[in-house]
Amino acid sequence: MIEIKNLEKTYPSKSGDVVALKDINLTVEDGDIYGIIGLSGAGKSTLVRCINLLEKPTDGQILIDGEDLTKVSKKRLLELRRNIGMIFQHFNLLEQRTVEDNVRFPLEISKVKRDEQNKRIERLLEIVNLSDKAKSYPSQLSGGQKQRVAIARALATNPKYLLCDEATSALDPQTTESILDLLKEINQTLGVTVIIITHEMKVIEKICTKVAVIDHSNVVENGKVSDVFADPKSDVAKQLIIPDLIRATAEKTGDVKLRLIFNGEVTDRPLISALALDLGIAVNILYADTKIYDKRPYGHMVITIPNGDNELIDRVTDYLAQKGINYKKEL
Amino acid sequence: MSDILQQLLQENILWQGVWETVYMTLISTVFAYIIGLPLGVILGITDENGIRPIKWLNTALGFIINVFRSIPFLILMVAFLPVAKLIVKTSLGNKAMIVMLVIAAAPYVARMVESSIKEIGSGVVEAAKSMGANTWQIIYKVLIPESKPSLIIGAVISTITILGYSAMAGTIGAGGLGKIAISYGHQRYKDDVIWVCVLLTVIIVQLIQVLGTFIAKKTDRRINPKKQK
Repeated sequence: MIEIKNLEKTYPSKSGDVVALKDINLTVEDGDIYGIIGLSGAGKSTLVRCINLLEKPTDGQILIDGEDLTKVSKKRLLELRRNIGMIFQHFNLLEQRTVEDNVRFPLEISKVKRDEQNKRIERLLEIVNLSDKAKSYPSQLSGGQKQRVAIARALATNPKYLLCDEATSALDPQTTESILDLLKEINQTLGVTVIIITHEMKVIEKICTKVAVIDHSNVVENGKVSDVFADPKSDVAKQLIIPDLIRATAEKTGDVKLRLIFNGEVTDRPLISALALDLGIAVNILYADTKIYDKRPYGHMVITIPNGDNELIDRVTDYLAQKGINYKKEL
Repeated sequence: MSDILQQLLQENILWQGVWETVYMTLISTVFAYIIGLPLGVILGITDENGIRPIKWLNTALGFIINVFRSIPFLILMVAFLPVAKLIVKTSLGNKAMIVMLVIAAAPYVARMVESSIKEIGSGVVEAAKSMGANTWQIIYKVLIPESKPSLIIGAVISTITILGYSAMAGTIGAGGLGKIAISYGHQRYKDDVIWVCVLLTVIIVQLIQVLGTFIAKKTDRRINPKKQK
């Protein structure tokens, strides 16, 4: 378990301290795929670097299985880092080493015996599906292959945790998919807890179980992905998760808009048709983005009632309340 | 062809000169690197953006290196003769000359190495750190191997610079092409001797450059990712 407690990071500068992170509190449970999302400059890269102390926090604690990284000796810190793999946006492979020797690097650092090194390298390259590239150099590989090498390298010391700093941001959508699939597989088969920093919603959507939204050095929202996605509360989260919804609700049509929130409650009948049939009220759908996780609907829908007066609207909202659907009136 | 040039050729003095130039240059380069490489690494890593920033050490070392680099070689050579006497027990001849070349070249080499080391991106270093590598491991497993092609190019430039310095060897009684050009060519008014020496020096420099560039390219896995055995 990784616990981040009251984490602060400020950088001194001539015009006063620049605050990068402020009062961050997060807990990552074992087995999670934890996404940290934010716009660029929000402080998420600094946050992930604080987890393995590549950046030294100004204040606060980083507890890895109860051990406070900010308090351990330098030697112990180096040992603990071997338990926290890391991959990067630009892969950061050693260009003068072959693929297998890149994977060997952390094993050399940890003084693993040569026989054991070779065994592990072979297995790791199998996991990332690059056995045939063992003798190649990074310059001969595509971006996706390089990231696979980086993943194999990060896993070489059998770490319990894997930090991913914008690991798919330099890759095309298809390659991103395959890297995310690989990360999920690693999480499930090897039991590695994964922390993913990204600015791309689709990354979180695809593999994360929990998410924290960072804005202006703060965690503004966090929790299960399904919950945060269904009902993002902060402006940033709305912007990231449902940019089209914001546009839809911002449109001035003169009519009252209702935003329906699907939180995973199972509706017995298709809602909009049921509404039309039961109440005889036809509604316009301005926006809809719903997804099915575990056979339950999550997402949003924005509807308006054309020329609807207050009475009509009240009838609709009563109906929604009766069906247990969350809604919000938007102007 | 002048009689003196003929005499130089017949008595093999020219070839001896070539040999002396080459071996003084190479030995000096080796020793300059033994001293300059660690200094360059220290300069690189103690920089404020380095892996182990130590401001006072970086400033002090940088200052000393700058001092040595500002002394013109001819002056440095005569000023430091007592040092040669201390180290090789003589202040004359090829041995003394090698000491002088090393004193002059080591700071130069240090700056070359420093710049090569600094070319390594912070990302690779960060990755090594994230794997639990300590400072020493980052130096000998990341910084030096990754900057190898650049280090080789630097070594070629340093070698050629040292070769240029070695032409002044005659001043303290050492040999080589520079000495031949001065004492047989210039002082006896034989222009053809001077030009033969120039030509031979040009050939040596070209050989070093071509060979060095070839090795640097051949071993650079970014541009020449030939399969390993």
